Amino acid sequence: MTTATFTGKAEQPTRGAQASYLTAEGFTLRSWLLTKDHKRIAILYTISITLFFFVGGAAATLIRFNLVTPPGLFQPDTYNRLFTMHGIVMVWFFLIPSIPTTMGNFLIPLMIGAKDLAFPRLNLLSWYLFVIAGVLGLVAIFAGGVDTGWTFYTPFSTMYSNGYVVLALAAVFVSGFSSILTGLNFIVSIHRLRAPGLTWYRLPVFCWSNYATALILVLATPILAITLALVAVERLLKVGIFDPALGGDPLLFQHLFWFYSHPAVYIMILPGFGVISEIVPCFARKPLFGYKFVVWSSIAIAGIGFFVWAHHMFVAGISLYAGLVFSLLSYIIAVPSAIKVFNWTATLHKGWISFDAPMLYALGFIGLFTIGGLTGLFVANLAFDVHATDTYFVVAHFHYIMVGGMVSAYFGGLHYWWPKITGRLYPEWWARIAAILIFFGFNLTFFPQFILGYLGMQRRYASYPPEFQIWNVLSSAGASILAVGYALPLFYLGWSLWRGKKAGPNPWAATGLEWRTPSPPPPHNFDVTPTVTRPPYQYRPDPEPQDV
Amino acid sequence: MSEAPLDQVHLEPQYATARQQAETAALGMWVFLATEVLFFGGMLFAYTYLRATFPEGFAEAARETHVVIGTINTVVLLTSSFTMAWAVHAAEHDRRRATALLLAATALLGLLFLGLKGLEYYKEWQEGVVPGLNFHKDGPNAHVAAMFYYLYFMLTGVHGVHVTIGIGLVALMAVRAWRGGFSARYFTPVEVTGLYWHFVDLVWIFLYPLIYLAGRSGP
Repeated sequence: MTTATFTGKAEQPTRGAQASYLTAEGFTLRSWLLTKDHKRIAILYTISITLFFFVGGAAATLIRFNLVTPPGLFQPDTYNRLFTMHGIVMVWFFLIPSIPTTMGNFLIPLMIGAKDLAFPRLNLLSWYLFVIAGVLGLVAIFAGGVDTGWTFYTPFSTMYSNGYVVLALAAVFVSGFSSILTGLNFIVSIHRLRAPGLTWYRLPVFCWSNYATALILVLATPILAITLALVAVERLLKVGIFDPALGGDPLLFQHLFWFYSHPAVYIMILPGFGVISEIVPCFARKPLFGYKFVVWSSIAIAGIGFFVWAHHMFVAGISLYAGLVFSLLSYIIAVPSAIKVFNWTATLHKGWISFDAPMLYALGFIGLFTIGGLTGLFVANLAFDVHATDTYFVVAHFHYIMVGGMVSAYFGGLHYWWPKITGRLYPEWWARIAAILIFFGFNLTFFPQFILGYLGMQRRYASYPPEFQIWNVLSSAGASILAVGYALPLFYLGWSLWRGKKAGPNPWAATGLEWRTPSPPPPHNFDVTPTVTRPPYQYRPDPEPQDV
Repeated sequence: MSEAPLDQVHLEPQYATARQQAETAALGMWVFLATEVLFFGGMLFAYTYLRATFPEGFAEAARETHVVIGTINTVVLLTSSFTMAWAVHAAEHDRRRATALLLAATALLGLLFLGLKGLEYYKEWQEGVVPGLNFHKDGPNAHVAAMFYYLYFMLTGVHGVHVTIGIGLVALMAVRAWRGGFSARYFTPVEVTGLYWHFVDLVWIFLYPLIYLAGRSGP
């Protein structure tokens, strides 16, 4: 095996000398659908989840449209189907796959100096499972929809709901196996395929975050799969263990569901932490402050995340003592999250900050995630949660984390690595405008919902008392700004594919192995396996020679 | 693969050495088995919770299971794990015929297990203890029995699917071994299939006491 070190100027990547992953296998549809290249699979995933993002977004648009006036535009039954569709699509077909399957797939092998993931065929299979799941989900939606909410609570889902519940369950079940295979591939690849010299503590935080995410994907998703299978059988045969009429226990369902779905919340934020940990040092031109703390807080979140699930059930009938324990554990898990926020902030301190679009998203992320995280402490509090359960306070809280946090991180990462993925630069000013629109649109959409929830407006109703209208109008106005912000990248990023300036291997002068290979990278990433001799994010005091 | 010369290992580009590739495959299977543990874990948790809630009803229903068939099946599956382990050992020592025959024996024992399981299901159908489809139990604990049998069919059914997949994999390995696809240098697929087969066996080691023995101790 040949190796070369990246401390000198000897191996400047030579552009144009060979075909990139985009051209090497040809341009046919077949070459894409049968590819084993992790980078091409990442592109397939990006196209798929973008589609779902706009499907889920369309449902959200209709929801906000409905809530502008108190009686609402839609029948309650239609409204139920809309928010269920929004939830299922956004959780399982956008947020959970979002960063891992796109940037994770593309970047993890590049960042660890490998030629591909450990199991390329499994990676492609995972995409096909995702597509099958997506088709099942879309069929369920267009056949008439589901009205259970994304949580499929029993006995409503098993006995009373008249939507296409089993089809939707099948969609989520299959998508679960897609997630599991992706997680498995990441864990094994990061363990086994790191380049010489790339010790665990030299690993980029993006890899660590995806590793922590993968642990959750592998260990929590099967519980969801089997639980949903039990629900489907119970619905089909009218026999089971969740319906009190049959002697079963709906709380049992909730425990099993949240045993997956609370860790899943961390699936929907940990990869975002990884992206932010890459962007902030690059645009502050400083090493990441407290690297080991950032790394271990990810692992701590993945671990503790398995023991906080019942805070979704404080008013569902669990015992006071169980409530106390889960409340305490939910406070404890805020500690590693806070550590990360402090570390990013400390990284900015005395940094040489530039406000390019990725950094705008990252800074937005830090602020919005902090609000989302702090309000998480409110609802982790037993007494306050009695007041806030099932209100818009909770809706606002988790949207600050999942949309303000994860979607911002997704867009930040997409812009940051766009030159690497496509070989082209995006138009910076348009990107900044979109980032700012998204930040303000988001706050206008969701901040009023904290107030609505605090005032007592319940979620999941098509109508509401007239005194809540002003806040709802503000929220819907914000949503229209947000929609413009989310639609903009579609145009200018699309434009940049043909007209953008050539990026060169390292347009951000960033550290990290992914920037040491041409943009877009060749099919097997590196001509010679790189050797790593130093920790990540060495922006100061001595950036590596070719970075200057 | 079958046409490939004996000692030729197909090395995927992302690996530096055949050894790295083999160890990575094994780690992949271990991670997958971790997923599987949780997959069965969800149902075992539900079982444990409901059995703690309805101890008498569960014991009563469990006493009526076919313990003889269940016990024979335990022996069958444990024996198949033995032949599987032996097959891996034989592959390691380059004994082509022994590997193929032991793998075939493993697959046949798996089929025997499924046959006996099918016989048990048939008897249970005739007894009318199949919830939702054919269930004719009466008495104060009938609804608990329905839940017991529901979990019984889900657990053994999902396990049966795993056994079926396992038989397919083991049979495939037997054919490949017979055609000389493995050698002392390259037998990773046999080893990885073995891991999976032992896991499926191990699940049964948990199911057997939970289903067949739970109600038989004590009064």
